[in-house]
Amino acid sequence: MTGTWISTRAWLLMLPLLVVMTAVIGWPLVDTVRLSFTDAKLVGTEGGFVGTANYIKMLGGSNFQRALVTTTWFAVISVAAEMVLGVLAALLLNQQFRGRAALRALMILPWALPTVVNATLWRLIYNPEYGALNAALTQLGLLDSYRSWLGEPGTALAALIVADCWKNFPLVALIALAALQAVPRDITAASLVDGAGPFNRFRFVIMPYLAGPLLVALVLRTIEAFKVFDIIWVMTRGGPANSTRTLSILVYQEAFSFQRAGSGASLALIVTLLVTILAAAYAALLRKAAGAS
Amino acid sequence: MLKSTRNALIGATLIGAGFTGHAQAETTLNALFMAQAAYSEADVRAMTDAFAKANPDIKVNLEFVPYEGLHDKTVLAQGSGGGYDVVLFDVIWPAEYAANNVLLDVTDRVTDEMNKGVLPGAWTTVEYDGKRYGMPWILDTKYLFYNKEILEKAGIKQPPKTWEELAEQAKAIKDKGLLESPIAWSWSQAEAAICDYTTLVSAYGGKFLDGGKPAFTTGGGLDALNYMVTSYTSGLTNPNSKEFLEEDVRKVFQNGEAAFALNWTYMYNLANDPKESKVAGKVGVVPAPGAAGKSEVSAVNGSMGLGITATSKHPEEAWKYIVHMTSQETQNAYAKLSLPIWASSYEDPNVTKGQEELIAAAKRGLAAMYPRPTTPKYQELSTALQQAIQEALLGQSSAEDALKSAAENSGL
Repeated sequence: MTGTWISTRAWLLMLPLLVVMTAVIGWPLVDTVRLSFTDAKLVGTEGGFVGTANYIKMLGGSNFQRALVTTTWFAVISVAAEMVLGVLAALLLNQQFRGRAALRALMILPWALPTVVNATLWRLIYNPEYGALNAALTQLGLLDSYRSWLGEPGTALAALIVADCWKNFPLVALIALAALQAVPRDITAASLVDGAGPFNRFRFVIMPYLAGPLLVALVLRTIEAFKVFDIIWVMTRGGPANSTRTLSILVYQEAFSFQRAGSGASLALIVTLLVTILAAAYAALLRKAAGAS
Repeated sequence: MLKSTRNALIGATLIGAGFTGHAQAETTLNALFMAQAAYSEADVRAMTDAFAKANPDIKVNLEFVPYEGLHDKTVLAQGSGGGYDVVLFDVIWPAEYAANNVLLDVTDRVTDEMNKGVLPGAWTTVEYDGKRYGMPWILDTKYLFYNKEILEKAGIKQPPKTWEELAEQAKAIKDKGLLESPIAWSWSQAEAAICDYTTLVSAYGGKFLDGGKPAFTTGGGLDALNYMVTSYTSGLTNPNSKEFLEEDVRKVFQNGEAAFALNWTYMYNLANDPKESKVAGKVGVVPAPGAAGKSEVSAVNGSMGLGITATSKHPEEAWKYIVHMTSQETQNAYAKLSLPIWASSYEDPNVTKGQEELIAAAKRGLAAMYPRPTTPKYQELSTALQQAIQEALLGQSSAEDALKSAAENSGL
């Protein structure tokens, strides 16, 4: 009896949230699914039912396949770099030294900047005529003439990944730092007494505390990186020769620039599905990790 | 007779009263402009302030976005039920906007005085299918700017009249060691590249579409892209051009790092401003060259217009505002940044003073303005062409193949 009441009360308490969620997430999602089966345009015509034509066209197109590859490269490399850099930064900032507080505050700055500001800043750094990167590399003698970093397909994606890492590794560092501070001092002290070297100490003493939070950071960053849009839009708009056109840019062009809401919706849903699969895989990994510890 | 006159008078009085009543209620207009080139944000605000002073009952909220965001912002606002009353639009959008009912047809609002006074070429900016969707506001085309000092040092007497001559002069400058890469263009994967391409297409007598189908894969369209590729691979063109927008071209030119640059009107006075530019006083301007045996000069129609959105709740006030912004008085006052749309302005010494060279180039260039294709699918065609240009420049495919795939991806 009491159990039923608690359960009912739980549902009652959650009801407002459920209503809001249905309104802001559920309904648009259902509407997007409906839209994806039509040839609707963004303005003007409502559009007729076209079945799975949009999906077949999008999935079969070379644009989609190429964007999927570009997006995967972008996500895998930038997230991997962010994780490594983030953990290293956290280990460093977890040490006792003068100016640690100032350095911590400074490190969070790139993450706190709006992406558009960050992207504009990096555009200036990469500028082929007067950019700081060209100036630094030529003065160090590593480069004999200025290069067009964002204008060459070979370097544009890498340049974007660097800019994205610079912005996002502080988030990983912050999460890792919080986890590191939860490591009990007596355990690290004990491991020192037992003669564990720095690597073993990290692997067997610290890592178990870091694994969970890092997995959360990994999930967050992968999903974000897979959906990357603004930093690329500001820096290259998908160029040169579409070498940095990711899935989100493709969705944007299809739905808004070309005004094809129907096929844009189908593409957006394909991306959503891919992200959901990724998230589910990570969630399974998280559960396994939790079970193991 | 008397009765009808009386009725008309009563009617007029009533309408007048209605207007007065209406005029007392404050109306707020939302207007979308672009945050670069031609008129600056400060100038648009100053023009709008003058309007607000004359019309205290109308308030105008201004919003500025970069050119790259103008189209999508307009369409998105429309898709979500409106928001703007007045929008700035590029010459390439009326077809799409008309097909999707984004802008009001204002053909009947245009007065005889406007009809006669505005340059005939300017009207093509706002027209589609025989109807007018606003007033032309920024009249613009790309000109060839050159650095007089560098040309002099290279022993060149006259700026080039044909594109081939431009390549020869650039080569002379390069060979003399005056500049590593003398020409600057805006060939970033953006609309800017299409404007440069169109200028060349017009020189070589090419066509974008024929009977609604892509026709740029052969003839002048192909010659134009081949010229770009040769200019790029021969090292005469600044290799960074493939990530430049107009502002990058301006910076390179006014730093004295380019002998030639293709750009809009606004660069003339900025590059001649000693506070901005290292080459002030040395800036020459001529119409973009022609092609031997095909054309004397070349030009792209890069004009923009002001229109009323179909969702606007205050079309009357919006039109009043547009009339103010495009009036000869307003345009003459800001002629240093963008040349007026009014034919008689070019005889006015207040407008021409200090920019005689630009006016001379404008008279020939504006008369030759070549339109980018008017099709509701323009954005798609342009995106495909931008890709083709970049692939050809980067050597990923030949100009011919690149244009063929652009035709396939154009949606036409």
